[in-house]
Amino acid sequence: MATEHIVRSYDEELQRLETMLIRMGGLVEAQLGDALSALGRRDTVLAEAVIGNDQAIDELHFDIDEFVVRMLALRQPMANDLRAIVAALRIAGDLERIGDYAANISKRTIALSHSQIIKPLAGVVRMGKVAQQILKEVLDAISRRDADTAKIAWGRDSEVDEMYTSVFRELLTYMMEDPRNITPCTHLLFMAKNIERIGDHATNIAETVYYMVTGEAMRERRPKRDTTSFTDPDELNRPGERGGA
Amino acid sequence: MAESGRGLLRALALVLLPIFLVGGILTYEGLLDPVAGLAGLLALTLIFALQAWRYLRGIEDLRRLVEALAEGDAQPYGSHRSHPVLRELGSAIARLDRTHRERERALTMLVEAGDTVFDSVPDPLIVLDGESRILSANRAARESFREPLPDRHVSTVLRQPALLKAVFSALHEDVLRTVEITLSDPVERVLSITALPLPAQPGAGKILLACHDVTAERRSEQMRGDFVANASHELRTPLASLLGFIETLRGPAREDEEARDRFLGIMHGEAQRMSRLVSDLLSLSRIELREHEVPSGSVEVVPLVESVAQAFELQAARRSIKILLDPAPGLPAVVGDADELKQLLHNLVENALKYGREGGTVTVCAVLPGRLPASYPRAEGGAVAIAVRDQGDGIAREHLPRLTERFYRVDPGRSKSVGGTGLGLAIVKHIVNRHRGALTIESEPGDGSVFTVYLPADRASAEPGPAETLPRAG
Repeated sequence: MATEHIVRSYDEELQRLETMLIRMGGLVEAQLGDALSALGRRDTVLAEAVIGNDQAIDELHFDIDEFVVRMLALRQPMANDLRAIVAALRIAGDLERIGDYAANISKRTIALSHSQIIKPLAGVVRMGKVAQQILKEVLDAISRRDADTAKIAWGRDSEVDEMYTSVFRELLTYMMEDPRNITPCTHLLFMAKNIERIGDHATNIAETVYYMVTGEAMRERRPKRDTTSFTDPDELNRPGERGGA
Repeated sequence: MAESGRGLLRALALVLLPIFLVGGILTYEGLLDPVAGLAGLLALTLIFALQAWRYLRGIEDLRRLVEALAEGDAQPYGSHRSHPVLRELGSAIARLDRTHRERERALTMLVEAGDTVFDSVPDPLIVLDGESRILSANRAARESFREPLPDRHVSTVLRQPALLKAVFSALHEDVLRTVEITLSDPVERVLSITALPLPAQPGAGKILLACHDVTAERRSEQMRGDFVANASHELRTPLASLLGFIETLRGPAREDEEARDRFLGIMHGEAQRMSRLVSDLLSLSRIELREHEVPSGSVEVVPLVESVAQAFELQAARRSIKILLDPAPGLPAVVGDADELKQLLHNLVENALKYGREGGTVTVCAVLPGRLPASYPRAEGGAVAIAVRDQGDGIAREHLPRLTERFYRVDPGRSKSVGGTGLGLAIVKHIVNRHRGALTIESEPGDGSVFTVYLPADRASAEPGPAETLPRAG
């Protein structure tokens, strides 16, 4: 889709930058969605496709980088425009990382396809869906230039963190139960970590969008609910306090 | 008229000057009698001036006629004092104008009919220009996307790479392409979109995006697979135990009356568990199948809460738990499906009774919430919150985000002993999703839990009341 037309005006250049950014967002969103459905269905063909598509994201990231540098040099933007351009650069960086994590999840999906189906996989996929929702809201906020949506999405990262903590404990329990579970659970653990990082990058984007639209940095502290660093393996053997639904 | 007067003078001067000149030379040369010549010239001038005056007036009338037509005057200025040729010209122009007007009317009608057809197609249709900007969208598209569409670049509404590729092919390669894309807003919808080039002036390409919702088809395919997988997995355990008991009853315990009674009791329990599981799986599938269709009914909150509480009177009495109802006065109705909301509340109250402290209370309150949770989809019109609080042991923090997963059990043994299927909260979650609401769970171990459901208020019945804060766990 490389439409190389001669850019005439500054406004057109800004417009083009936004279109490129949204296109990149769409690509990354699709990559994450595909990576998760490949994991859920253990579909190695789809996982291979995700790994192959990562190149397109990297190329687009490079294009945006170059475009931004050229605009900064030639147009010397001010105020609103400067914010939009700098924001685009930052958002593209975060999107590129998310794309890498999606590809990484797919690589592990392929590695996982040889081991038996283990139950915590559903939890990882579900956690991924929440991250995907947040990414979607953040991208919507970019195209609508909507600081409120960005802020709401920003607040939702704690959902991902909490699920990460829960999945982490669940995986540890499975590993302690049976050493044969260690290989698949380790893959799932890394995938869960990747998804947790995706949530963090989506939060970064939300902060950037907020800054781009309002001109102010988000001052509140980010809600952090990832407590895995304090997980004590002995504590895991205690029975749950309460039965589920 | 001053304009035409000046024109007349100019024309007179132009035509008569050479004649006067020739007459003057002839008179000077003695070839023409000065008096007769002068008289002749004056007569000529007079005749010419009269003729020219008539023509000019006719042309002036024509001008007015054309002006009147251009301004859309249906009964144009009549021209009856001018030359016959000009009069004919005038009526020809009027005729031409009439045919144009008729053709225009026919075209307008055609366009209007086209617009009506465009708007009444049940599938969303979107027209893009050559720059992939949205030119127009029909009613179905406006309702489906629920945000302003015209004038926006298509990628700000639908950024799926497959769709953008299809738009590009339609625009630059004149190729018709159909793609299937998934939207999550917030419940997943699958749209099959065809991008086809429309006839347009060269250089100004136009594309029609014809969308067709295939969510129901895709869902029923997936649901069938999920159902079989879930059912076979979860039914296997009770079935195996049933088979085991049957074998024992037929073999070693054939004559043992005491064992037979005990086994039959266990078998009855297992069979009941299977039956509960099957009915929960069925209702889960039913709700999931329709999850993308937002319900449109209106349900009053207080009668709903009361009827559910009544249904549990006996069960509550058995564990000597009191059910307390605390609905705020003047609550608006909620938008929803009465049966599903009843099931939702039923499941929440049932859980509270199962896991609540014996001899405690279960509180069901309904208020207009002051703040909505982040997971509540943005919607106008506000929400009603229904909270079910128990005084049980509470749930550890790390389990909270997972509770609505199907078959996720905090304590499998306890869940089994109270007859849980592992699907109750999954059903609640899906009902909430279908209603575009939100579910929050707050709990502190030792302090009990609060399950709060936020449902969209029915604007038609809404009268703003004071916002209240919900009780916290404990």
